[in-house]
Order: sequence, then structure tokens, then C-alpha cells
Amino acid sequence: MIDRRLFIHFDWALMGMVLFIALFGILNLYSVTSNGETVGTPIYMKQMIWLAIGLAAMLVIAFVEYRYYTDFAYIVYVTAVVLLIIVLGYGIITSGAQRWVRVGAIKFQPSEFVKISLILALAKFFQSSPGREGYSLKHLGYPFLFVFLPMILILKQPDLGTAIILLLVFLSVLIFVKVRWSSLITLGVMGVSLVPLVWRFLKDYQKRRIITFLNPDLDPLGAGYHLIQSKIAVGSGGIFGKGFMKGTQCKLGFLPEQHTDFIFSALGEEWGLVGCIVVVGVYLLLILWGLRIAVGSKDRFGAVLSFGVVAMLFWHTFINIAMVLGLMPVVGIPLPLLSYGGSFLISTLIGIGLLLNVSMRRYLF
Amino acid sequence: MMELNTQRMEDFKERYRYLRYFVGAAFLILFVYLWYLQVIRGSDLRQLSENNRIRIREVVADRGMLLDRKGRILAHNRPSFEVFLVPEDIRENPETLGKVGELLNLPQEEIHEKMKGLKRRPAFRPIKLKSDIDWDKLVILESNRIHLPGVVVDVRPTRAYQYGQLASHLLGYIGEVDEHELKETKDRAYRMGSMIGKYGVEYEWEAHLKGVDGGRQIEVDALGREIKPLRSVESFPGNNVFLTIDYDLQKVAEEAYQNRNGALIAMDPRSGRILAMVSKPSFDPSAFARSITAEEWKALLEHPFHPLQNKGLQGQYPPGSVFKIVTAIAGLETGAITPETQMTCTGAIHYGNRDFRCWKEKGHGTIDLHRALAESCDTYFYQVGLKVGVDAIAHYASELGLGQKTGITLPHEKSGIVPSTSWKKKRFGVQWYSGETLSFAVGQGYLNTTPLQILTLISAVANGGKRFLPQVVEHVENIYGGKLKEYSPVETGRADISEKTLRVIQEALMAAVNEPRGTGGGAALKDVKVAGKTGTAQVIKMAANFKKGDMNRMPLKFRDHAWFAAYAPFEHPQIAVAVLVEHGGYGGAAAAPIAKKVFGKYFDIEASAPVKTEETIEEEVYD
Repeated sequence: MIDRRLFIHFDWALMGMVLFIALFGILNLYSVTSNGETVGTPIYMKQMIWLAIGLAAMLVIAFVEYRYYTDFAYIVYVTAVVLLIIVLGYGIITSGAQRWVRVGAIKFQPSEFVKISLILALAKFFQSSPGREGYSLKHLGYPFLFVFLPMILILKQPDLGTAIILLLVFLSVLIFVKVRWSSLITLGVMGVSLVPLVWRFLKDYQKRRIITFLNPDLDPLGAGYHLIQSKIAVGSGGIFGKGFMKGTQCKLGFLPEQHTDFIFSALGEEWGLVGCIVVVGVYLLLILWGLRIAVGSKDRFGAVLSFGVVAMLFWHTFINIAMVLGLMPVVGIPLPLLSYGGSFLISTLIGIGLLLNVSMRRYLF
Repeated sequence: MMELNTQRMEDFKERYRYLRYFVGAAFLILFVYLWYLQVIRGSDLRQLSENNRIRIREVVADRGMLLDRKGRILAHNRPSFEVFLVPEDIRENPETLGKVGELLNLPQEEIHEKMKGLKRRPAFRPIKLKSDIDWDKLVILESNRIHLPGVVVDVRPTRAYQYGQLASHLLGYIGEVDEHELKETKDRAYRMGSMIGKYGVEYEWEAHLKGVDGGRQIEVDALGREIKPLRSVESFPGNNVFLTIDYDLQKVAEEAYQNRNGALIAMDPRSGRILAMVSKPSFDPSAFARSITAEEWKALLEHPFHPLQNKGLQGQYPPGSVFKIVTAIAGLETGAITPETQMTCTGAIHYGNRDFRCWKEKGHGTIDLHRALAESCDTYFYQVGLKVGVDAIAHYASELGLGQKTGITLPHEKSGIVPSTSWKKKRFGVQWYSGETLSFAVGQGYLNTTPLQILTLISAVANGGKRFLPQVVEHVENIYGGKLKEYSPVETGRADISEKTLRVIQEALMAAVNEPRGTGGGAALKDVKVAGKTGTAQVIKMAANFKKGDMNRMPLKFRDHAWFAAYAPFEHPQIAVAVLVEHGGYGGAAAAPIAKKVFGKYFDIEASAPVKTEETIEEEVYD
């Protein structure tokens, strides 16, 4: 099954960009968590283990011909949703939210894998073409079900960040597969009118974060405080940064979740504008590269699949960095390949595996 | 081979053109903003971070006050001076620790202990070292400030209870949040060191009382001295909670207990509003507010008479003869007896193979229901119990609110036990013996009730069978006096008991207090007619060598509990009271006089309250 030509067409550029960011991420984690207070395995070591597992998963995913995945798309999706339900019933509660499931000695977050399975399900659904005019609302019943079911379950955990990502990936795919403009406008109007309803659904702390973002003076000790500190950290890096291991802002505990959601502020502090431009530039390249893979795909399934992964990477990256720079409210959305977290790293690499898969088969069919 | 669907791939290409620009534009925003932060504002921000001189000061909101129904303050806040350490500044000036320890007479180990316990906290956030320091220490600290980098003295509100231990169980207490509470209240504004209601009204109305904390971010110099504020948000005080209790009545009730233990609750039977709530022994709630010491805590926990328990709703006791009210109602309602049914008491009744004694050794002779209730004849009710049976009595006990929580908004209410044949089968797996019905009929045996349940029972008798939710808060106001919430009476149930039956009971209860041989004579008042029932709850089965009446010779912990449940005035009840005196002996002797004092005070207040209609005011003016 594995063709020799696969190695010739293997997307080394994509692989290179991913490895660059991931290894840079480990270096960054090493620096951020090096103030010597952690007990047990250091965080960067754990992240290296996750990276190894993730890379292996990525390669396996990449080498199985992606058309086989069409048969399993819905099964994978249903499994992921069932896992979400299990989380709500039996999940482990950490800091107020119920996001983890334990299998043996391993804890993982099913919500991370829901993203990939949603993309699979959407790709399978949009595999059949709508005809010349594009899809209209009446075609979109199932896709809406696909996205809202896990979204509601995830909001219950509660995990606003992941729910937002699911919605954004879904909307991006709608645009990509050509939904009629009239339908898109109707959707937009419906969406806006739903905002007050969603607002009522939000938890108090989520509301407070949004209000704080709109008016940071309201809560200088809480969410508003993070925004200021994060900005100070990034800004204080200046053009060339304070240097590797020389950041102070993050290490003194000025920032919460310094090694997960706010990892980019540490990078900005230590590596300055130069480092930021390099890393953000590689992200940009990676996303544009992914878009080319999507349009270069030989079939609809491959195109939508790879586009979904790219959309996921884009929204994660953009929202996270914008949040760290104080351009957006604080929502829990980590930065792909840089933030600490096993489930997220592995699910990102699985997505990359799908991209590689589509990329190396564009000449084969 | 699988089908490849390659239809309309050109759609994707069309979208690709726009999507590229979209992604490009989005990243351009990021690049531009990075440049703005790191180049244009770079040097400013670097200065802020390099000096690492931003400190946080919390501005704790004043907690809402607790007031009585007439607006008299029961709990408020007073300023206290507290000493904090900022770990980040201490690190650079470690000698401070020694100096501050010396000034405050704190052993070094204790200081290190405090700093160690908070390792995961950000280093720039102050740690409380000592609260409520006195004036002399404050002066010393302030005048030595320059030598004490990293030490911050701050004024914060501390909870103060106006009348010490008065109504301590009702008011409750506050304390520092623990880790569990921090987790529970994640979406609210609590931090390590924040105070939170732990018990009583302080606990249940926490959300109203808390207020909104403010804060300041300030820039400090190398010695931790304030240079300039960067940002500040004012705190906002919590809401004031007006209780239903009356301070004067509460005070009289508390004092009536002298040094005895037990519980008293007074309630308006027309609304369920609690007028007084006493539990003895009481505790000093302010000890918790200024962080209680380990010894104090241990002493409270190990105290033989459980001062931390609100016995009015957490203590469960057999109701003794008070329960005869229920047995009588069951007898009348099922038709097993009529008010005229006569029975003979010779001082005891032989049933099975043992003697069930009446408290009156000589016996009551031949009497009807009225006299039996008024004189609390055990023998009469043994026989009624046998006629009615356990399950019918249990049914009416439940109708009157026993065996279930009243639903009062105070923590840890207990539900008591009303036994029945099915209950015993389930609990012990054995059947009910009819001998047990005799004990049950006079309120002993498995039966367990809280004073609050007994109060609900007597109130229902007084008001025609209605059960009201007992309420301790009348309304909540914000600091401007605007009413935020009002608690109106809630009827939670109505006992299915005929008016005729209730009338018979009411008259018998009146007789118990006001007729010559009634057991509740100790509660009789001159001007107001009181109706009530006494009770004596056995703590241990009467030992053979202790004849009844020899109570005073027994060790205190084996003596019976004394009960009295009553209401007044007889014609139009305004107040109902349940009194329990732990190990007090007979209800008539120990509990009824306490109720009398409370009734006396209540009607005294009512009488002296100026009824200022417009006419009377005019009279005053022209007099």
C-alpha cells in the first residue's frame, strides 16, 4: 500500500515548519518553567514526550491513504461526541471545569479530539457537490447538528475557548465549500440575534472577562490584570528581546497560565520583535502552505479535510496571539505547537498528519 | 478503488484567492501590533518590567451589616490595622523578617511558616502576617517604615458583633476562605485570604453581604515604598440584611437561660417569621473573624455541650409529652376517641410483661381528654396510642411537620425521625412491637424532633393547621436604603385536621397553663392568656434506683431534657415559642418559666410601642 512515490512527494517543507515551531516551543517552555519550583518531571520533558507521541501519530495518519478515512469519518465523530458525554458524567474536575477523561494512567481532553472529528465529519458531508449555485440552508441541517451537539456539550464543561474554535472552523468551512451568499447572510442575521441568548448562557466569570476586555479598568486585580501584565511582558522584550532564560515578567508569576495560554508573552519577552516576527511568520507560512494543499487536492474530501485543519490552526494562532497582545478578550485558547498540553499538541499533530496526507497524494490519483 | 469526487473543484480555487488575503490581513494586524508594543511602547514597558515594581493592594469591601427587625445593628465592621509582607520585596531584604518579628513579638518560625504555606502564590501579592495590631505596635511600625522594606500596613474592615455572643448561632460567623471554597466559588471574586461567611446568616446570605472588592495597582520603589498609583478601583459595600428577630426579645430569651443549655425559638405563627433564636451554650463569633487560634477552636470542638451547634435546628431530641398533642389529634381524627372519652389512670398500666408508668405515681383517676392533656397523663395516652396504632400517629406527626426539614435557610438543619411500622422494617429489618406504640404515644422511643419542628407543630395548632416556612430574614437593602429583596410569608403545607379537633386541643393547652392542676402553670401571665404543653424527654431509661422526682440527685448528663411549647394570646395568637432546656428536668419547672419571660417581654414591647396615628400626634401637640 505504501508507494515508493510517497517518499518522493512527502511534504518536507510542511514537516520542517512544524518541527521548527514545536522545537522552539520546547525551548521556550524550558525557559519559562525553569524557576525550579516544579516537582516531578519538568514540564518541558513532559512536552517532549507528548511531541514524540504526537509525531508518531502524525506519521501514521499521514501514510494511510486518506480516502480510507471517509468510511470512518462518522464513526470517529460519534465516538468523540460519546467521549464528551462521558466527560460530563464522569470527568475529572480541575479548577472548576470538567474537561478530562482518564483512561488507565493517561488523562486526556476529548474536546481536543472533537475538533479533528468535526473536520472529518464535515469533509465527508461536503464530499458530494452542491451543484452550480452552491449549498443553501436546506442542505445544511446535518452540518449544523455536527457542530452544535459538541458545542453545547463543551460549553457545559465549561470550555468557551474550544466551543468558539468549533464554531469558527465550521463557519470557515461553510465559506470554503461555497454556501450561497443569501444563505450566508441569513445565517449572519440569525447569529447576531442569538448573541443575547448566548450571553445568558455564559458563566459569570466568562461574562466578567468580556466586560473586563471592553473596560479593563473594572477589575485591575483579576482578568484586567492579566491583560496589562501580558502586554508589559511582550512590550518589554523590545526589538531583540531580553535573551533566552532572561525574562523576568513571566517567571515571577505575574502571569497565570504562563506556560499554556500565555506562552507567547514569554516568547515576546525573551526573543523580542525579531523572535516574534520569525515565529509568527512561520505560522503564516504554514497556514498559507496549508491553504495551497487544500486547493491543490485532487478531490473534494481531501480539500475540505485539509482546509478544516488549516482553519483550526489559523483561528487558534490568531486568537491566542491577539489575546496575549490584548487585542481580544481572554478566552482559553492555546497556541498550536507552542503551548504546553498533551491532548492539544497531539490533536494538532494529528491534524498536521492529515495535511501531510493530502499534500503527498496530490500527484497520485 | 474508492470513488473520487472531483466535482466543482473550481469553487475552492475561487474562494482560495480571497482567503489568502484574509489570512494575510489578519497576520498583518498581529505584526503591526507587535511592532507597536515592542518598538513604540517598548522602552516604557521595559522600564515597568525591569524594575519589576508593580504591586497590588486589595481594597476589601465593607461587608453588609446585619440588623434586627427594627433596624438595630447586630453585626457591622470596624477598621483594623493589618500587617502584610510582600515576598518579592523581602527576598531582596531578608533582614526585614527578623526586625518585623521582633517588633510584633512573632517567633521567626511562625513567619516562615506563613511564607512557606503560600509558595504557589505570585511573589508580588502581600501575605497577611498579623491582623488587628494595637495602636502602640502601629506607631512603632510606621515610624520604622524606612527600615522595613516589604512590610505593608493596611487598614481593613473587620467584622464586629455589637452584642458579643447574642444570637451567635443565627448570625453565624465568617472566616478566611479555604481551598475547597475557593474552588466552589471560582466564578466569584474570592482570593486567598478573603473572608467568607461560614455559618448562619453570614453563610446563607454571603452573596448579598460580600460587596465588591476594589484594588489598586501601584508602582513602588526598590524598598517597596509606594511611588504612584497606576490604577485603582473603588470597593463597593455589601448589602444590609434585616433579620426578623427582635433584639429586645432575643436578649430576654438569652438571659432567661442563665447558665443552662438548650434552645429557644420564637416565631410569629401567622407568618413564620422568627422573633428570637437562642442556642446555648453560645460562642463568640468575632473570634472567627479575627482568625481563630488553634486552642480556641479546639476548645469549641471539645466542649461537652456543643457550642457550635444551633440546637434549635441541629439538635434532635424526643419531644416527650409535647407529642401528646399529636396522639390526641390522631385519636380524635381517626374516631378512636372523642373529647368525652374517659379513661382511668392508676399510676401505671401493665402491658405485655412490663409496667408503663405515669409520671404521677398516685394516678390521675378517671379523666377525659381535656384533663389528660392539661395534666399530661401518660396512662391516658398509652391507651389512646394502643387504640389508634403507630401508623396513624405517624401520619399526623408528618402532617404537623415532624420527621422532615422545615426548609429554613440556615445550614445543617436536621430532619428528625418519626417511626412507623415500615420505617422500623426498613431501618432494623424487624417488625414493630405494640409495646413500642406506648412509648411512641407519649413522645419517647425512636421519635426524634428538633425544637424548630416542635415550634412548627405548636404554630400549626395555634393558626388552624397551617405550616409556614420559618424565615429569619425580612428584607435586604443596598447601602442607599433601596429594598433589593423582600421575603414574604410562605405557606408550605396545611395539616388535614378538622377545626373541631383543633379547638379541643387548643382549649386543653390553655387549661394546661391556666387551670389549677395544669402542668404548664409556670408560663401563666396575668393579662394575656397563654396556651402550651410541657414535655420531659428521657435521656436514659429511668434507672430503677432513681425514682421519678429525684432528678436533682442524678448527674447532670443523665437528667431529662425539659420542653415547653406554647403560644399566645389564646384568642388571636401572635407569638409561638418552643423551649428546650437540656438536662433541665421537668418541662413545667424548667422550660415554662423561660417561655413566660419571652411572652412577657413580647407583650410588654407590643404594649409600649407607641401607636402613632395622626390623632395621637395631634393630641401630643395640643396637650
